[in-house]
Amino acid sequence: MSHIPISVTVDGTTYDSEVEPRTLLVHWLREDIGRVGTVVGCDTSSCGACTVLLDGQSVKSCSVLAVQADGQSITTIQGLAEGEDNWHPVQTAFKECHGLQCGYCTPGMVLATVDLLGENPTPTEAEIREGLEGNLCRCTGYHNIVKSVQYASDLMSGGAR
Amino acid sequence: MTDTLPDSLTTQSPMGRPLRRKEDARLLHGQTNWTDNIQLPGMLHMAILRSPMAHAHITHLDVTPALSEPHVVAAFSAKELGDLNGAVPCVWPVTDEMQAPAFPALAIDKVRHVGDCVAVVLATDRNAAFDALEAIEIDYEALPAVIDLEAALEPGATLVHDAADSPGTNECYTYHLPGTGIPYDEAKAKADVVVKRRFINQRLIPAFMEPRAVVASPMGVSNEMTVWSATQIPHILRVLLALVTGLPENSLRIIAPDVGGGFGGKLQIYREEILAVQIARHLGRPVKWTETRSENMVATHHGRGQVQDIEIAATKDGKLLGMKVNLLADMGAYLQIITPGTPLLGMFMYPGIYKMDAYDFNCVGVFTNKTPTDAYRGAGRPESTFAIERIMDELAAELNMDPMELRKKNWINHEDFPYATIAGLVYDTGNYEAATAKAIDMFDYAGLRAEQERRRASGDPVQLGIGISTFTEMCGLAPSRTLGALKYVAGGWEHCTIRMLPTGKVELITGTSPHGQGHETAWSQIAADILGIDVDDIEVVHSDTGRAPYGMDTYGSRSLAVGGQAIKKAAERLIEKARVIAAHQLECSIDDLEYAGGAFRVKGDAEKAQPLAAVAFEAFSAHNLPDGVEPTLQAESTVDPQDFSYPHGTHLAAVEVDTETGKTTLRTYVCVDDVGVQVNPMIVEGQVHGGLAQGIAQAMYEGVEYDEDGNLLTASLADYLVPSAADLPSFTTSTTETPSTTNPLGTKGVGEAGAIASTPAIINAIVDALRPMGVNDVEMPASPQRVWRTIQEAKAATA
Ligand code: FES
Ligand code: FES
Repeated sequence: MSHIPISVTVDGTTYDSEVEPRTLLVHWLREDIGRVGTVVGCDTSSCGACTVLLDGQSVKSCSVLAVQADGQSITTIQGLAEGEDNWHPVQTAFKECHGLQCGYCTPGMVLATVDLLGENPTPTEAEIREGLEGNLCRCTGYHNIVKSVQYASDLMSGGAR
Repeated sequence: MTDTLPDSLTTQSPMGRPLRRKEDARLLHGQTNWTDNIQLPGMLHMAILRSPMAHAHITHLDVTPALSEPHVVAAFSAKELGDLNGAVPCVWPVTDEMQAPAFPALAIDKVRHVGDCVAVVLATDRNAAFDALEAIEIDYEALPAVIDLEAALEPGATLVHDAADSPGTNECYTYHLPGTGIPYDEAKAKADVVVKRRFINQRLIPAFMEPRAVVASPMGVSNEMTVWSATQIPHILRVLLALVTGLPENSLRIIAPDVGGGFGGKLQIYREEILAVQIARHLGRPVKWTETRSENMVATHHGRGQVQDIEIAATKDGKLLGMKVNLLADMGAYLQIITPGTPLLGMFMYPGIYKMDAYDFNCVGVFTNKTPTDAYRGAGRPESTFAIERIMDELAAELNMDPMELRKKNWINHEDFPYATIAGLVYDTGNYEAATAKAIDMFDYAGLRAEQERRRASGDPVQLGIGISTFTEMCGLAPSRTLGALKYVAGGWEHCTIRMLPTGKVELITGTSPHGQGHETAWSQIAADILGIDVDDIEVVHSDTGRAPYGMDTYGSRSLAVGGQAIKKAAERLIEKARVIAAHQLECSIDDLEYAGGAFRVKGDAEKAQPLAAVAFEAFSAHNLPDGVEPTLQAESTVDPQDFSYPHGTHLAAVEVDTETGKTTLRTYVCVDDVGVQVNPMIVEGQVHGGLAQGIAQAMYEGVEYDEDGNLLTASLADYLVPSAADLPSFTTSTTETPSTTNPLGTKGVGEAGAIASTPAIINAIVDALRPMGVNDVEMPASPQRVWRTIQEAKAATA
């Protein structure tokens, strides 16, 4: 199969690569450039585990082809706040509110939350639940994920909620 | 090495505090080590050809065309694999007569469920391996599919297993447990009221978010075969892989790195794990397999799958006399690790929290052409709890009593503990009155009943229903002797080794194997409390048989109730060894020393003290140890639990059912759980939340559907409705604390509570909302369509 050259910036580093046209963005991230923080949970675009920010917008990286990301910039969970000592407010909130257990849905949940709060900095509980509808978590029952998002909103808006 | 003395007065015990989790920094930064992340030099990707048929003869199978596809290195069917085609084991032959058919990793001549493994391709590229499956030649000759449990048992039914030595029936086993009291028929003869129901406890898919994955590398240290697997049971897997493959156990190292949920679904030795190991060994190269979600739905074991016939006998004033239970349990096509035993884990729990004079339990395991069943969160106990808590509501309706009053009248009072149940267990402690009083208060039970009355009177199309579940469960699996008596082949003990290194850092090596439960944090809290050191100075080592060789892993809410005991004992032993060394250093007798806040002090002489870290360095340098004391500061403990523990709780649900559309909205969910002593209440609450979501999902959303040909209709996350945040409310949770007396920490276990308790609370609430319309049951999942149909049928019946 012929390969197509792409150039994508991931977490601040630009990668020049050649991919099969059918390669999904998530597989390119994980297998070609070793950004394994982003994970795969399904094959029907149902779970949201693979969510990344593509030019600031959250997308399911299993439903985007790598070639479609050519020339764009991606933020994964590994680049949201580089290094374990740096914390994005959403990451802090998930830790403080116990918004994760096994952590498999977490990269997607966190990035979906970043996007959600970008669009609606002070969402209601119902807006949070609707906003995260595309991200499945099997461990937490969502109760503490909702609390995490509310707390992140507090942190990011300086308590304006 | 530190010489500064910790101040015991300011050292706050970490026990019982909601410490934030140690695990979270790496999980929140994507610095994770999932099995699928692993890439090794020369690694091959395995792709599996699975049967699209539920039941068929394989009339032609040729894998050789796949070999000429790009990047393909090898391809196997059962024929090529020969002796390497390992048999998947079942470790719980529940009766001597049980039918235990062969379960080859790759099917031989016949397939028995959609998803059965037929052939594999190994390639240097994952996509290429999948592509090459297309080239394999295969023909099937379809056989009738065995789907319905009752039809499966009829004479002349198609046989799922028809080998020459098979007994000619789809019955796997019959298991009878007579209660400890009078015969059921005697109790029934005295009854004024007998209520009988059939409940369908539908099949569920565990649907953990991290798909299964395995990497087998024959290129470990020296002769070692290293296997990374997304499993809950690295230790049990090691023993079983050794038995199945013939590889020496001491050359097998199993690592469960970060594992993304399990819920019983990863309590298994899977055929794919066996294939990866055998092929890696055969080819001398690392082999990796990661399932797609579509494979997960058909080939990861399912849970539940029971038809429950239950009958309860009582006096007219509501005193329970006896109960009889007849189960049909769907085994699926093959027996996996504890497939036959799973329904029996519930057999002791049908009487729940109630007193009665008679109990009779019977279970028939049935083979079908469906995915094998096995443990799923609660394993047997959600089913039993559902049946008893549902039928209590039906009995209350029959007697015209408030369902809470009926429960109060029959439950074991707190002063009755320890209490020997009619099923033969001894419940150590409990306080159903306290948990219920608290829950009723938080829920505003009286207020909601009043609102219900108003809505009924006004004929509101949206009716309010109140559902109760006062449950208990059996946790802390398990006393090894009990397991032996039940014919389970292994024990139920747990191990811990604690080692203080010369630099004062501590390794806590546990045989439990977490996959989301926060053991690294909670285990540190237990040990830090006893050792008087900082939680952050402890590293919990787990889930790697190379570093943590002994253990029985994580399932059945056992890790704290059993593993916690080993941690406590090992920590205490470490202090005892250190005490001898410290007394030598301080030139006093061991009885003159007190230990607090991480240091030994000579009683009455505050100046003379020795921090534990200093003792550890002495134990390491060994320059001046007392005679007969061995160097190094470590201690271990392996604990076999003396008995089970019995968490309980009262769960209350209020639902609104739109009688015109059938749509149910869960308005309020209140639960008060008594899980005994809590190490970390934040983690406890999180476990309850997650359990509630799964139990509510069984009631309202999830259910495996097969068509009559055995095709799985709910074969993706688009069709099988794992609830999203939008499908669930926030929960109101609380606890009471009645310490267990079967372990020295007083803990009980919490992993399964929410999943066990919530399902009947929801269905009771829906039925309660609709009872004036003549509804007395709703099948699960109670989708709008099903509720609407149930209302129409009730209307037609009463018209
Ligand atoms: S992997 Fe499930 S939505 Fe992308
Ligand atoms: S934390 Fe496990 S799936 Fe969300």
